[in-house]
Formats: sequence, C-alpha cells, structure tokens
Amino acid sequence: MTTTSRLPASHGPGSDDDLRERARRAVREQPAPTVTVLSSLLAAQDELHYLPYEAIDEVAQHTGASVNEVWSVASFYPNFRFTPPNRHSVEICWGPTCHVLGAQPILQGVAASLGLDGEGDTADGAVSFKLNTCLGVCPHGPAMSFDHRLAGRMTLDTALRRVEELRAAGAQERGA
Amino acid sequence: MTDAYRALAERAAARWDELHAKPWLRVGTGIMGMAAGAGDVLDALRESVAAAGVDARVGEVGTRGLCYAEPIVDVHAPGGPRVLYGNVDAEGARRIVAEHVVGGRVVAELALAAVDGDVPGLPRLDELPMMRLQTRVVLRNAGEVEPADVDQYVARGGFAGLDKALTSMTPEEALEEVKSSGLRGRGGAAFPTGMKWGFLAGNASPVKYILCNCEEGDPGAFNDKTILESDPLTLVEGCILAGYATGASNGVVFIRHGHDEPIERTRAAIDACYADGLLGEGILGSGFSFDMEVALVGESYVAGEETALMEAIEGKRSMPRFRPPFPAAYGVWGKPSNINNIKTLSYAPEIVRNGADWFKSIGTEKSPGTAIVCMSGDVARAGLVEVPFGLTVRQVIEDLGGGDPAGKPLKFLQTGGPLGGVLPADQFDMVLDFDEMVAAGAMFGSGGLIVCNEERSVVDLTRCLLAFDQMESCGKCFPCRLGTSHLLEIVERIAEGKGRDADMELMERVGVNMRLGSLCGHGQLGYNPLASAVRFFGDEFRAQLRGEGPIPIGPFTGPRSTRRGAQMSGDTPTASVKSDFVLDVAPVAAACADGKGEE
Repeated sequence: MTTTSRLPASHGPGSDDDLRERARRAVREQPAPTVTVLSSLLAAQDELHYLPYEAIDEVAQHTGASVNEVWSVASFYPNFRFTPPNRHSVEICWGPTCHVLGAQPILQGVAASLGLDGEGDTADGAVSFKLNTCLGVCPHGPAMSFDHRLAGRMTLDTALRRVEELRAAGAQERGA
Repeated sequence: MTDAYRALAERAAARWDELHAKPWLRVGTGIMGMAAGAGDVLDALRESVAAAGVDARVGEVGTRGLCYAEPIVDVHAPGGPRVLYGNVDAEGARRIVAEHVVGGRVVAELALAAVDGDVPGLPRLDELPMMRLQTRVVLRNAGEVEPADVDQYVARGGFAGLDKALTSMTPEEALEEVKSSGLRGRGGAAFPTGMKWGFLAGNASPVKYILCNCEEGDPGAFNDKTILESDPLTLVEGCILAGYATGASNGVVFIRHGHDEPIERTRAAIDACYADGLLGEGILGSGFSFDMEVALVGESYVAGEETALMEAIEGKRSMPRFRPPFPAAYGVWGKPSNINNIKTLSYAPEIVRNGADWFKSIGTEKSPGTAIVCMSGDVARAGLVEVPFGLTVRQVIEDLGGGDPAGKPLKFLQTGGPLGGVLPADQFDMVLDFDEMVAAGAMFGSGGLIVCNEERSVVDLTRCLLAFDQMESCGKCFPCRLGTSHLLEIVERIAEGKGRDADMELMERVGVNMRLGSLCGHGQLGYNPLASAVRFFGDEFRAQLRGEGPIPIGPFTGPRSTRRGAQMSGDTPTASVKSDFVLDVAPVAAACADGKGEE
C-alpha cells in the first residue's frame, strides 16, 4: 500500500524462506474478480511490501505470462519496489498544491536529516523515504505520511519531530 | 414502481426512522478527515459513548467538502437540533459526548452550523459562506450517509432513478433523456455524454463494458476519491443506468491503488448491491442484468487516458493504444467499451429521476449542470464545492473559498491539473464554463483549482508541473518522452537564472512538436502549463531567465523514479533476477541455422 490510514504501524519483510509461499498465497487469494498480471503484482506487494524474484515468478506462473512480461509491468509502475523497505515509511507529497505551500524546504530538510539527498532508504534500516506525486489531501497541504498514516499542514519542525519519533521507535525495536 | 423497489424503499424508511430514534454521531473518516486527525476523534467518540453507557450510533461517513474544518462530527440527538462540529480533536470529541449526547447542550465553542433545527447564535448549514452558493447534485449525500449502506442511500431517494428507468423507460428513452440533458463529460474533455453512450448503444455485441474512470492522477484534484469514499452508491447506480441505456453487460470501476478508503467503500457498496438484487441477474426483478467490479491500477497518470486505462485493466503497462479502432468498437478485452469519469456517471441517477429539463435548468446553456471544484493552496476555506456552471471564478475562490488566509492579494490560479494552465487575477471574473475557459487559455479539466497569492512564483510552479509531466510520460511516443524531459531541463535552467535568450522560442518549438507527434493527451497537452504561464507571465520568465526574477526560487528535488529508463526505486529489475534464471539460446540458434527461424 502506498498510503492509507489504517495499516499496522510497522511491517517487516519476513523470513526469506516463506517469501515464495506468502507470494503464492497472496496471488491466489487476491480479492480482484478479474485476475491480471497487474492485479497479482499489487496483491503480492500488499503482502510482502516489495517484489522479490519469488513474487515475480509466482505471478508469472499464476497468470500464464512470461517472467519478462511480468517484469515489464512491474518496472513500469513506480509504486512497486524490488528490495525490502526499511522498518518505517515516510512519504512526502511533492504535488503542485503542497509545492506552493512549501513542500520543498520540508522535503529537503527531512532528506538531510535522514542522510539522504532525495528519496531512498537510510543505511541503518530505519526509514524508507518516498516522494509521492500527490497524497490526495491537498486542502491539508503540505502533506506527508508516516507509516502509511496521513498527516496534514506539516512544517519542517513538525516533520522532523515525527521522523525522529519514528527513528527512536525503530531503534527500540532493533534493541529489543 | 417495481415490487422489489417498493420493498426496498419500505425497509429503508423503517431503518431511517430507527437510525433517528437514538443519538447518531457521524464522523468524516475519509482520507480528508484522516489527514486532519479523524482517527483519534473516532476512537475518542467510541470510548466516550461506551464509558457513558449511552445507546448511540457512531457512524463513519465521507466528507462534506468543508475540508478546512475537518475533522467534522455531525451529531443528531432525538428531540434536539442536529449540529455540525468542526476542527474536533479527541478532547472535543469527549466534550461532545458528555455535553451534547448525554447532557443535551450544544457545545457552542466547537459548533460550526445547525443542520436541522434552530440554535441561537449558530448559522444554519446552508448559511455557511462555503455552502451558500452550492447546488449539490453529485455531492447531495456526501457526509450525510454512511457509504455503502443501501438503506440510507434509498431513504434519501437512491435507486429511484434506476427504478423509474426499468419500469417506465426503454433503453432508448433512457439514452435520449441523458442526450437531451446536455450532460458533458467531467473528466476534462467535456465531450457530450449522451452522444458517447450512443456509440456504444449502436454496437450489437452481447458483451459490452461501462468503464468508470476514478484513476484521478491529477495532483491538486481530489474530487473523485472524495465522491467514492462519501457516496459510492450514486456511482454504482449511475453505472447500472449507463449499462441499461447502452445495453452493456459489465461495469468496471477503475481506482488507483493507494488509498484504502475509496477502494474498500466502493467494494463494499458493490457487494451490498449484489446482496439486495441491485446488481447481477434480473435487477429489481426486471429482465436487465449487469455485473460490476473494482479494478486497481498502479501509480500512473497516463492510465487516466481511455485506451491506456483499458491496457491497465487488462493488467499491462498503461500505455495508450492507437485509435481507430475506437473503444466503442474495440475496447477492454477486445469488447465494445465506454469510458466515463466518475463525476459524469454520478449525474445519471438524478437526471433520470428528475428529467433532462431539471438538469438543464442548472448551469449555463453550453455547460449545463454543476461544476465540482476542488480548491486548495492559498485559500482560507480549502475543500470541495459543487456550484452551478455560470458562477464566476471569483465567486468560487473569494465568496466560497474566502480568498487568501492572510488576506494577501491573489496572483493566479492553476486550473485543469498538470496539463492545464494558469489564470491570472485580472481574469477572475471569467464565468465557469467549459468553452469559455478553454477560449481563455485555461482549462476547467477535472475541477482542480490551486490558488496562488502574490508571493508565489509562476516559474517555480511551472517547473513542478513539468517535473510531473516528465515523470509521468509513459515513454511510448518519443516527442512526449523526450519533449517533457527537454522542457523540464529548460525551465530548470530558467528557474536557476541560467537561461538563454533563445529558450523562450525553443520551448515553443519543443511544445508544438509534442502536440503534433504524440498519441494521447499527455504529450499533446504537455506544453499547456508552460504555454499558458508564458502567455500571462512572460515577463516574469524573461526576468527569471537572467536571474532577475521578482520572487526568489529555491532548489527543487524531484523523484528518482521516472519512466525514461532512469533509476527505479530500489534495484533495477535486471539486477534482481536470480542467477539461476538462464535463457537457453542453443535451440534458438539451432533453429536459425536450419532456416526455420525464417518461418
């Protein structure tokens, strides 16, 4: 899921052993009545939060498409990713309304605080930072999401505080 | 009236009375409410109601469009006024339960308006500045009903249009009603809907599709998502009516993967309709059958283009197809198809129910009906409004929207999304009308208005829009794929004050070639935001080009993931392919050596 308000607060990639099994189950039990390569990829990514080779292969087998055809679809849509995400997700909207209301200084400040120069994953495994073309809540811009929960009317200060809270929570989980 | 509908209406009326017999608290928990903190409010309301031991219903509804006042809680308590509370937090939610629900006293500090009944010192809902000029057709149920609840929808007149069509109109008559209403497509192109439906009706294929486009990739527009999460049943009824009028058998609602609420609520609405015999075999006991489902697509702006949308429904890359053949002849899965925007389809139930003349009495002669406008940016009352066409832009952004929050003078509006244009302040007296706005070089598009005050740089916003257009080019047509990159590059150097004198002319040459050489609107209109900005603010561009612009422009960080073959987020696909994946070339080579490869 790119953004929602109701996913569990953290998600992990799970053990490698059961990736194929989880991908298989997600693809076979997807809610879409009409099953396609795209619907299957979305179901697999919803389950695993990224698309490992096992998921691509399962989608190909389930839909009868070739592995190349599945890659062609997966590589087209930017909401798919091919490496496990970090423990926490931070998204920022760079759409025109948020842009007008000052998204860029927030975006650059958050990236710098994460040691990144734009979107990407922090080296410590804590945060995956993504730029979203529009989070859909323009009246509340500048908008961000933290672990898939939307937040509006952000300032650089509130954004940095929320990111710090997430990183602190991530450090605790790692220590536990 | 069909017997089935009579039974449904009786059940709905009884349920409606039952809902009003005890306190009913409605919280806007669409994405708009959630972004403002409605999740905490919902939890606090439920806890307080349980702790107080009152028998009250806490229901989740969509948004009324008064987004500036979210989170909103709408409280009905039997025997008292119904009150809308705004900017509620968890503490406010606890007070509302303790004072209004239990104590019977309106919480004056949090109250926004009285929906029913008189409260001294409190405006009525329709007296609020943001509500005063509205005519709500598509949004008539938004914030009023719990989405996907058939009883609540029927109690407010839902499915009366469908029942009327099935009992007293032939498909041809239903089509004629929509044709004579003058309804035009609300997705951006403003094509006459009745004529479009006629193309599909004329095809005799037994399997035909009504596709509903809720992809809404336009940054700055949020009306489709809001309608879906507030009142998906109006859309379902509209799809069924479109199916009846055109003889289609299947409906597909096409939503961008991402936000849970619009998807889940639409799926729930479709399931509820199947359970009540409103979808499937023999709808409402008639001889008409229609099936519906939700299809999801990944993030792709071009997927909103009708042929690209069909590719995405088939599970492929959302790249446009050549036309002809047109969708009415060869659409999704090779079957005749008709693509309509969600807003367009959502008018059909009320048009059939109230008649074409009623619809034509709203709006202007060439743009009948209402305009659903999303306001955001430098505006005090940001949100969603539904107003008759014919109002001026100024009325919308100043009377309803309240102008700049700090009272600063406004400079321009960005309209029509990333392929639209700008409208400078001296043109705000323009009338909302599809044709007049296009003639003025702006575009009504899907209804997004981004309001910008005098401190905003038009060059800076144009750079942002072009970064979007460049990233979202699907890559199929090279004039668009290269042209969007080239335009972005030029505007980036202008923004940095490193432009060249020839850049103004170069931009136009690139833009014209994109328009001539691209298959779909993305490339054809990709030069629009720049052309329009230069037309009205050419001097600002020429000054900025030399680093002498009136407004300082900061650096711009865009996304890494683009479709022109640059870095993907994470590893590139090929790098992830496991080493045990080996393409066996020997048989192919042998076949070629035999000459069999020629066959």
